[in-house]
Amino acid sequence: MTVVDESGTSKALRREDALLRVDQVQKYFPITGGGVLKRKVGDVRAVESISFDIIPGETLGIVGESGCGKSTAGRTVMKLLDPTGGKIEFEGRDITHLSRKEMVPLRREMQMIFQDPYSSLNPRHTVGSIISAPFKVQGVKPARGVQAEVQDLMARVGLNPEHYNRYPNEFSGGQRQRIGIARAIALRPKLIVCDEPVSALDVSIQAQVVNLLEDLQDEFRLAYIFIAHDLSVVRHISDRIAVMYLGRIMEIADAEKIYTSPRHPYTHALTAAVPLPDPRTERKRERILLEGDLPSPINPPSGCVFRTRCPKAQDLCAEEIPLLRELAPDHFGACHFPEEKHLIPVATV
Amino acid sequence: MSVGEPFLDVHDLKVEFPTEDGIVSAVDGVSFSVQKGKTLAIVGESGSGKSVTSQAVMGLINRKTAKLSGEVRLDGEELLTASTEQVRSLRGKRMAMIFQDPLSSLHPFYSIGKQLAEAVLVHQDVSKSAAMEQARQMLDRVGIPNPERRIKDYPHNLSGGMRQRVMIAMALLNSPELLIADEPTTALDVTVQAQILNLLRDLQKEFGTAIVLITHDLGVVADMADDVVVMYGGRIVERGGIDDIFYAPEMPYTWGLLGSVPRMDVGRGARLEPIPGQPPSLIRLPKGCVFRPRCPYHELVPGNRCDVERPDLLPVTPDHAVRCHLEPAQRKEIAIERLGAQAGQVAAPSSSGSAGSGGAVGSSGMEAQ
Repeated sequence: MTVVDESGTSKALRREDALLRVDQVQKYFPITGGGVLKRKVGDVRAVESISFDIIPGETLGIVGESGCGKSTAGRTVMKLLDPTGGKIEFEGRDITHLSRKEMVPLRREMQMIFQDPYSSLNPRHTVGSIISAPFKVQGVKPARGVQAEVQDLMARVGLNPEHYNRYPNEFSGGQRQRIGIARAIALRPKLIVCDEPVSALDVSIQAQVVNLLEDLQDEFRLAYIFIAHDLSVVRHISDRIAVMYLGRIMEIADAEKIYTSPRHPYTHALTAAVPLPDPRTERKRERILLEGDLPSPINPPSGCVFRTRCPKAQDLCAEEIPLLRELAPDHFGACHFPEEKHLIPVATV
Repeated sequence: MSVGEPFLDVHDLKVEFPTEDGIVSAVDGVSFSVQKGKTLAIVGESGSGKSVTSQAVMGLINRKTAKLSGEVRLDGEELLTASTEQVRSLRGKRMAMIFQDPLSSLHPFYSIGKQLAEAVLVHQDVSKSAAMEQARQMLDRVGIPNPERRIKDYPHNLSGGMRQRVMIAMALLNSPELLIADEPTTALDVTVQAQILNLLRDLQKEFGTAIVLITHDLGVVADMADDVVVMYGGRIVERGGIDDIFYAPEMPYTWGLLGSVPRMDVGRGARLEPIPGQPPSLIRLPKGCVFRPRCPYHELVPGNRCDVERPDLLPVTPDHAVRCHLEPAQRKEIAIERLGAQAGQVAAPSSSGSAGSGGAVGSSGMEAQ
């Protein structure tokens, strides 16, 4: 089985003032056979082992392609899914095994924004009742009354407070995402997990929402876990970035280093694959093409999960799982043969 | 674009859908042309009319529910007035389309091989086994491993990237001279997107295909296009060579788009400059300039011209046209202010035409033809 004693990782990824600390968290989904007994025949290893921490006011981006486990990771650390292994600490308290009920008070501190602003809002509830739901659930009575508080929130996220009694279908995609954001910040949480919050939106609207998220972060010193497949958006908003592949973190470092000096061959290929909105730079850029598709998370490759597509793979990669280790100060990579520094020259525009 | 016969020439295309709420003017007066071996990108957001434009070119718009006018010429042959049979005989043979969502564009009941072979049999007088062999070869060509085995697979057996390759294989089977790709990589991961774009580039080089690429992703545009058409509210608001649009844009909407896109090579701290407001409803379009309600610069135009008068698409240079009431000098000034250093180098490579950097060859090479 997988041996993941990431001693180096655990030490170095442990910052004293961490708001959330995720230590070798694992999430398997059982696959059951047919018949009445529903015997377990295997597991989908959505998240194999991930470790990171996040401090107040920080944005950690989690990037990766479909099926890499980034959304499952987000839901698991939020405890919307129960982890099958590892440990999650929030403000120093172990929350790994808390029940749904025990989690309720903690929901004031940690909230979530979802991708699809069409299915994450109840179409039969007015905007006012959607945004005020957190007050009801938590039994909070704002001094000036719920409606005044909600209307303030609406104004804060750029919605017209007079639309308090309207229904979600009367709003556009971007406005709905603002409703979801107002609901998430209603109780002044410390951490918000944003799962692809802007990927359903048009470019011009996407920029409005990204700016709003940045403003709110500055105003309330929010920490974000920003999960997205769009590397440009993640690079824009994140302080640090974790790159995931098949349930594991391949590399985690400062956002700029992930782009300018990726140490993991996967990060390198991923960043090189993103076309830049700059034709002159684009014509000069090197391209690294990865062959093939993502392997199955039911039966992942032995050793390094990326080795089947890695241009640098050697025998060792099939035998031993590379541990996430500190390759440079605050720069962690899980690779036996990490890339040299500064592969990509910083773009000179 | 004036010299050399364009392979596809669209002139003053209009598409209107009558609805209960009024007439939806989805495409209004759109003109563009593409030459063989070149790529034209149509850029715009939801509701800009970019997909309807491509469907009109392909003859995929039901004339019972829509009103079409204008001209669409494929290698000189007028398509809008042609019979359905005539257009059908061209579709799949001389022109083909790749759709965004490969799962809903492939039939779930038939094997990949059968669907591909059918595309061959419709246009070529060959035996079934010969058609199957062509299908196998094309799957190999688009980079599908084990094509002889895959040919028996069904769409659900394949990953998203594989399905998109099958779609591309199907589109390329009869070596079409025009390929319309509607958001061909939007549903795909970046590493797969890079594979697919590379494939399109290689095939274009080999067969001299004219490509119309419809996308909202400015990175993909920068990577692929020779010329760009920017659409907003069913109209072309700016048209030009790739460098004109990225380094010397003159329309406030284009500035807004470029300012909205986060760049992977620019870090935190650089703030995005979004376009305020929402795209217009195509039923109740503003009377004057369609972009007026979101334009931060309308006050610079004397009087209320932006409110009452639709600007025309006027040329700035022979290959660059803009729909805006601002004075050309004002536009250039604002462009430099908005795009900073980038806009500073704007004119150099495209106007001098010296193609000093290897980069400028793409667009200036086309002008020279």
